[in-house]
Amino acid sequence: MHAEEKWTAETWPASPERQTLEAKNKFTGFWIFLGGETVLFATLFATYLALKDKVPSSDHMLAKDIFEMPLVFATTMILLTSSLTSVYAMYHMKNFQFKKMMLWLGITVVLGASFLALEIYEFNHYVHEFHHTFTSSAFASAFYTLTGFHGAHVAFGLCWILTLMIRNGKRGLDLYNAPKFYLASLYWHFIDVVWVFIFTVVYLMGMVG
Amino acid sequence: MSSYAQKQGVGAFLWDYLTTVDHKKIAHLYFIAGALFFVIGGLEAMMIRIQLMEPNNDFVSAGLFNEIITMHGTTMIFLAATPLLFAFMNAIVPLQIGARDVAFPFVNSLGFWLFLFGGIFLNLSWFLGGAPDAGWTSYASLSLESPGHGIDFYTLGLQISGFGTLMSGINFLVTIINMRAPGMTFMRMPLFTWTTFVASTLIVFAFTPLAVGLFFLTFDRLFGANFFDVAGGGNTIIYEHIFWIFGHPEVYILVLPAFGIFSEIFSTFSRKRLFGYSSMVFATVLIGFFGFMVWAHHMFTTGLGPIANAIFAVATMAIAVPTGIKIFNWLFTMWGGSVTFTTPMLYAVAFIPSFVMGGVTGVMQAAAPLDYQLHDSYFIVAHFHYVIVGGVVLALLAGTHFYWPKMFGTMLNEKLGKVTFWLFLIGFHLTFFIQHFLGLMGMPRRVFTFLPNQGWEAANLISTIGAFLMAVAVIILVINVIVTVVKNERVGNDPWEDGRTLEWAIASPPPYYNFKQTPLVRGLDPYWIEKMEGKKNLTPAEPLGDIHMPNSSFTPFMISLGLFIAAFGAMYQYDMKNDDVFANPAAIAVFIIGLAITFGSMMFRSAKDDHGYHIHKEELIDDLDKGGKA
Repeated sequence: MHAEEKWTAETWPASPERQTLEAKNKFTGFWIFLGGETVLFATLFATYLALKDKVPSSDHMLAKDIFEMPLVFATTMILLTSSLTSVYAMYHMKNFQFKKMMLWLGITVVLGASFLALEIYEFNHYVHEFHHTFTSSAFASAFYTLTGFHGAHVAFGLCWILTLMIRNGKRGLDLYNAPKFYLASLYWHFIDVVWVFIFTVVYLMGMVG
Repeated sequence: MSSYAQKQGVGAFLWDYLTTVDHKKIAHLYFIAGALFFVIGGLEAMMIRIQLMEPNNDFVSAGLFNEIITMHGTTMIFLAATPLLFAFMNAIVPLQIGARDVAFPFVNSLGFWLFLFGGIFLNLSWFLGGAPDAGWTSYASLSLESPGHGIDFYTLGLQISGFGTLMSGINFLVTIINMRAPGMTFMRMPLFTWTTFVASTLIVFAFTPLAVGLFFLTFDRLFGANFFDVAGGGNTIIYEHIFWIFGHPEVYILVLPAFGIFSEIFSTFSRKRLFGYSSMVFATVLIGFFGFMVWAHHMFTTGLGPIANAIFAVATMAIAVPTGIKIFNWLFTMWGGSVTFTTPMLYAVAFIPSFVMGGVTGVMQAAAPLDYQLHDSYFIVAHFHYVIVGGVVLALLAGTHFYWPKMFGTMLNEKLGKVTFWLFLIGFHLTFFIQHFLGLMGMPRRVFTFLPNQGWEAANLISTIGAFLMAVAVIILVINVIVTVVKNERVGNDPWEDGRTLEWAIASPPPYYNFKQTPLVRGLDPYWIEKMEGKKNLTPAEPLGDIHMPNSSFTPFMISLGLFIAAFGAMYQYDMKNDDVFANPAAIAVFIIGLAITFGSMMFRSAKDDHGYHIHKEELIDDLDKGGKA
């Protein structure tokens, strides 16, 4: 099967993301890459847990003092929803409905951007309300590094999906770009899974002290 | 189009290598760059030995000595051994599994350029205010206090080159999983391919913690973070854990492919199939698995407590079991075979006792109470040089002789090769055997000099003499290479005449598309099977058809260059005198420009469709002599 071939909804194959050899390689390689990313975040989590509430003096704020449920709950729900919308996008990709796929990807991007905006607001809040800055304590360094790595992944994912949408906006789906969309959505899910752990380990466990 | 067609002039030749995505040419690049860093690391080793030749020597100052030992270790591990192994993996693994290229030719090239730019960045420290000086482990408390930018060259340079290594690891994994020829089942893969597979898995899971550890160190030193700064609530032991969670598997990342090269050499020159093939595969996977369970044996004296020490001691000793399986399999491969002692085979035979000695001292150190005595003494230096030189470097030298014809199409001189071998082997044992006793007599490692009348003079002098023998051996190898290149006597497909695996069935060097027709693999050692049936060529698995090839690209170079530039920005934005972050606007601009080049190149790559090109059947038919005879 040639990647450049033109397709219709009738001829569009099942699992378009794995039809060519290049696509199969990307599929395998990306899962392995996510394995490496898992270890990367595991290291960040381990460090965070070791340094949680480790501050130089008692006038520094601890986890239980700074986290607030409403804001974190909102960011969590926004990011989880964005994972769902990217599933819708992939559903339409598999059914060769290009416009619907683009629509749902667009919604995903909007949700992702709102997540980032809220996260920036949150960090800003911590810095100004609690003087909880990157350099103030080991706890703060570990917190901002873990959540910051996640945030950087979100930002990269947003740029990736946007680039794909702009590049392929006019030419529709083929077996060359279908795997690209699929991998971007896989990446997006991974970011979401990491956030579930951040929500639990950093925020929920932080609030109970 | 075909990169071979445009081979005229130096400029075109250079451009060809700068843009190549061909695994065989990337292997050449890795080989040359790795050899260059090997020489640099070797010169640093010579300076260490000259300084320690006699008591109270002042050949180098104490501070410079620290920089030299740090750069010797770092260069040898990250910039010499790893890329030289990658050279052989790139040159041989796709051929061994009957593939036309790796899974991601573009990423393959990106991996090389990242490694090279990272290596250059690290070594530029010599000229820009001093090299890193906190040892190759760069333990946090010490490295946080190191003045100057040396440690920053270390963290940022290794970060960049580590990205490259990680990508290459993923690339080899996917290549081996997806690109095997029909009939090449997992349990028919040659041992070098198997060890590459396991080592690549270790890379994916070990280099990511290293990346995080280096980020933490960078943040602490350049961005005011407090991960390892006890005054800010940090914990310096975290760095030790992260470093060794990477560092121990790294040893296996190096030594497993070395085992693979030796396995190929033993069976080739014993004219027998590898004894206990499946137990060999099992042992390789088991070593890879255990490799992640033992990191704390580097930290017995840190104070983790008797229970942690006991667990890690037992796990460490367990590694001796699969390693022992391998040793016996190699011995039994030679048993009853018709052995020819070519240069590669000499290295292989010498490897067994040398490496076993490194293994035995390893088990000694695994006993935690004894390790309290041995820790940070020359005994440790002797141990890891027996493992790394006796295992990895002997394999690299053996592989250089063994695979030279397949990589470059000529044969290294056997006589000079044997001279190199004997000089190197004798020099190696002379240098490091005596260091065991220096360690037992109490000489600590990493000291820049020692006092007379402690009974250490003679041993240190002998050690230095051995180092000179190794240096002479390497010089003779270089002469051998030059003579061979100048003579340029081309060899055929199977210059050792006993080749067993697919790479020996095609031309040396192979045509840029490797196999004209993908071969059908009918068992372990497929080329040997065909030869035993009186056939000269492999059985093809497909009719002659068009071959799809990837396009060359300059983008990997640009992506790597961008990170190289950004690293300077990240380093110089920090004002060391006033302890001030983001103090230098010019450096911030450089940082942003560098990242813009990198991400811009990535977007360029994303925007430009690259479908590759096809070699047509008709062109292949004219190409009868080339190794396309599958």
